[in-house]
Amino acid sequence: MSMLLYLVPVALFLGGSALLAFLWALRAGQYDDLDGAAERILFDDDSDARPHGNNPL
Amino acid sequence: MSCCAPGAEDVAAIRVALPSEEELRFGARDLGNGVRQVELSVPSVHCGACIRTVEHALDALPGVEGARVNLSTKRVSIRWRGETLPPIVDALARVGYPPNLFDDGREEKDNTLSELLRAVAVSGFAAGNIMLLSVSVWSGAEGATRDLFHWVSALIALPALVFAGRIYYRSAWSALRHGRMNMDVPIAIGITCAYALSLYETVNSGHHAYFDAAVTLLFFLLIGRTLDHVMRNRARTAVMGLARLSPRGALVLNADGSRDYSPLEEIEPGMRLLVAAGDRIPVDARIVQGSSDLDCSVVTGESAPQAVSAGESVRAGMLNLNGPLTLEATARAADSFLAEMVRMMEAAEGGRARYRRLADRVSGLYAPVVHLAALATFIGWMIATGDWHRATTVAIAVLIITCPCALGLAVPIVQVMAARRLFEQGVMVRDGGAMERLAEADTAVFDKTGTLTLGEPVLTNAAAIEPGVLAMAASLAAHSRHPLSRAIAVHDRSVVAFSDVVEHPGFGVEGRADGRLWRLGRAGWASEAGEGTVLSRDGVAVAAFAFEDRLRRDAAETISSLEDRLGPVEMLSGDTETACRAVASQLGLTKMSAGLLPAGKVARIDELARQGRKVLMVGDGLNDAPALGAAHVSFAPASAADVGRNAADFVFLRESLSAIPMALDVSRRAGTLIRQNLFLAIAYNVVAVPIAVLGYATPLIAAVAMSSSSIIVIANAMRLVSPRAGARVAGRPGMFPNAETPR
Repeated sequence: MSMLLYLVPVALFLGGSALLAFLWALRAGQYDDLDGAAERILFDDDSDARPHGNNPL
Repeated sequence: MSCCAPGAEDVAAIRVALPSEEELRFGARDLGNGVRQVELSVPSVHCGACIRTVEHALDALPGVEGARVNLSTKRVSIRWRGETLPPIVDALARVGYPPNLFDDGREEKDNTLSELLRAVAVSGFAAGNIMLLSVSVWSGAEGATRDLFHWVSALIALPALVFAGRIYYRSAWSALRHGRMNMDVPIAIGITCAYALSLYETVNSGHHAYFDAAVTLLFFLLIGRTLDHVMRNRARTAVMGLARLSPRGALVLNADGSRDYSPLEEIEPGMRLLVAAGDRIPVDARIVQGSSDLDCSVVTGESAPQAVSAGESVRAGMLNLNGPLTLEATARAADSFLAEMVRMMEAAEGGRARYRRLADRVSGLYAPVVHLAALATFIGWMIATGDWHRATTVAIAVLIITCPCALGLAVPIVQVMAARRLFEQGVMVRDGGAMERLAEADTAVFDKTGTLTLGEPVLTNAAAIEPGVLAMAASLAAHSRHPLSRAIAVHDRSVVAFSDVVEHPGFGVEGRADGRLWRLGRAGWASEAGEGTVLSRDGVAVAAFAFEDRLRRDAAETISSLEDRLGPVEMLSGDTETACRAVASQLGLTKMSAGLLPAGKVARIDELARQGRKVLMVGDGLNDAPALGAAHVSFAPASAADVGRNAADFVFLRESLSAIPMALDVSRRAGTLIRQNLFLAIAYNVVAVPIAVLGYATPLIAAVAMSSSSIIVIANAMRLVSPRAGARVAGRPGMFPNAETPR
C-alpha cells in the first residue's frame, strides 16, 4: 500500500492543476462565448485572439 | 455582405427601430484613456461568416479600436477612441445586421455570479476527489488504509467547505440574526454537522464518514444556486429612465425680457418658458408663441409628430422637434404629466415585487419540515436506545438525505433551459418569475402603434412615382428628420444638390435647384391643390405620396392564436378612434379602446385585474411603461423605447409577433416540467427519509440517493430542449428575416 503515499498526492496535484486551469480560463473570459469560439477556429486570420469584453479582474 | 445576411437591400424596413446616436452615446461606457465601449444586441448574427462580416465592417470604421462579436449572446461590443461616435449603427445596418441597444446590466460585472462559479468549481473538484477515495472505502478498504483515506478526505473537504460553503454560512447567519429561517439554515447546519461527525469518526477509526456526502451536497446545491441566480430578477431602471426624460430646468423669460435658467422645482404656473428645438417640455404648459412639431409619444405612443401652434396646451415630457416655442407654465413640475407617470410606474413596480416565485414558496415550506424531521429522529432514537452517538449519527443522516439538492435544482434548471430555448427564438427573459407569471396569464392586451403596427410610416406608392421626381423628393427629404421625410429619403440614394434648404416646422421642407423652388410637405403649403403629402415645383404639385403604418408580421395570426390559448384580446391605444378601428378590423379585434392616456391604460389593466384576470400586456412606447409594469406579465419589442424595454418582462428581438405565443408555449411547458420536478424531488424524500430515519442510510446510500435524484431532475428538465433541431432551423434569420419587404 506504500504506492498510495505518492499516488494520492499525485492525483490531488493533477486535479488541483485542472481546477486552477479552469479558474484561470473562467477569469480570462474563455467561457463567455462558447458558440463563437467554435466558429472562430475556422478563421484564417488570428487578429484579435482574446475577447476584450471582459477585462481580467 | 454575407451569404446569410437578412434582406439587407431593404433599407426601408431596416430603418425601423434603429437605436439613435443619442441612445448609443448614453449606453456607452468610458474605459479610460479616451476609449469608450458600447454593447449592441445583433439578433441576426448566427454563424461564423456573420462574425467576420460584422467585425470587418466595424473594424473598418474610423476611430474603432476593436469589435468583438459574442455569438452565444448575439451581441457585439465595440470599442472606439475619441469623442465622435463612429457610424456604428449605419455600418451594421448596411451589412444587414440591424442592431438593438440592450443596456441590461451593462455596467458592472456580476460579481455574485463569478463567486458562485468559483465555488462550483472548487466544490466540484473536492467532491470528485473525495468520491474517488470513498469508492475505495466502499469497495472494502480496511484499517489503516481506510483511516488514511478518511484523513485525506477530511483534508480536502475542509477548504472546500470554507471556500464554497461560505455562501451558505453567510446567508444562514444573516437569516438567523434577523430571527428568520431560510433554506440555507438546514443546509449550513447539515454540512457542518456531517463534517464534524465524520471528523469524530475518523479520529476514532470509525467505519462511516460522510465527507463525500457533505461535499457532493454542496456541489449540487451550488449548481442549483448558480442557475437560480441567473434567473433572478435584476433591478430595473424603468423609473429612472422615465425620470431622465425630464429636463433639469428651463429657460425662464422674465417680465423685463431677461432670461434665467431656473431649476425645474422653481418653475411656477404662469411663468414664461423658452423651449428650443430638440428639448423636452419641462412642465405642463400652454403655447404662447411659435409653432413646431412635437413628438408626443410619451403621451399617446404615436411617433408621428404633431403640429402645434399658439394657444394649444402641451404636456411635460413631449419633445420639441423643430421650432422654438414660448410657453406659459400651467402646472408645477411635481403636478405635471411626467411626474404623474413616474408615480404610476413606481406604484406598478412596487406591486410587481410582491410576486413570490414558486421556488421561494416551496423552500419556505420545506426548511421547517427538514428540521422537525431531524429533531424528531434524534429524540426518537434517544428514547429508543439512549445512545446519543447513534441518535446523532442517524439525525445527521436524515439532515443530509433531506437536504434539498433536487429541490434546489428543480425550478432553476427548467427555467434556464426555457430561457435558452426562448433566446434561440429571439426572446429575452428578464427573470424566471416572469415565465411563471406568463404561464398564468389569461387575458392579452396590446398597444397599437409600434406593437401591432411597426409605428413607422412606409411609402406605399413609390412604384407609381416617376423615378426622376422620386429622386428629387428623396434628396430634399434627406434634409429633414421628420419620419415621413425619412420614409421618402430611403427610397432613392441619388443626390440632387439643393440650395437654400429651409425646413418649415409643421409644414415641410423647401429648397432650390436649377432656379426652381421645390417644396416637399403638406398640401396647401407646398401647392394649392391636392391633399396629404406632396412635392411641388414652383407651387405646382408634381407628385403625391401615400404612407401607411404597416402591421407587424404575423399580427393577425398571433391575435387569433392568443385568443385560442388565452382568451379575450384587447387593444388599448393612445391613437384616434378611426386609426384604431382600421387596425382592429384588419386584425379581427373586437375589443378596443382608443385615445387612452397612460393612466387610462393602467386603469383598464387594474380593472381587469380586479375581475380576477391575469393580464399579459404587449406594448412599446413610453406611454405604455406604467401599463407594462402594472400588468401581470409584459412583452416589449426590442424597438421599444428603453423605458418600455426596462418595464417589460420579455423583450422580443425579431419583428414578428409570433414570439408571444411561442414564449407562452415554452413557459407553459416549463411550468409542467417544474411541477413534475417538484413532484420527483418530493417523491424522492418520501422514499429516502424513512430509510434514513430508521438508521439504514450509510454514506453509500446517501451518495447514491442524492446524486440519482439530482440527475433525474436535470434529465427531466432537458426534455424541454428536445425539439431543438427544429428550433434552430426556424430561428435562422435567412428563413425568418427580421427585415422584410413592405407589403
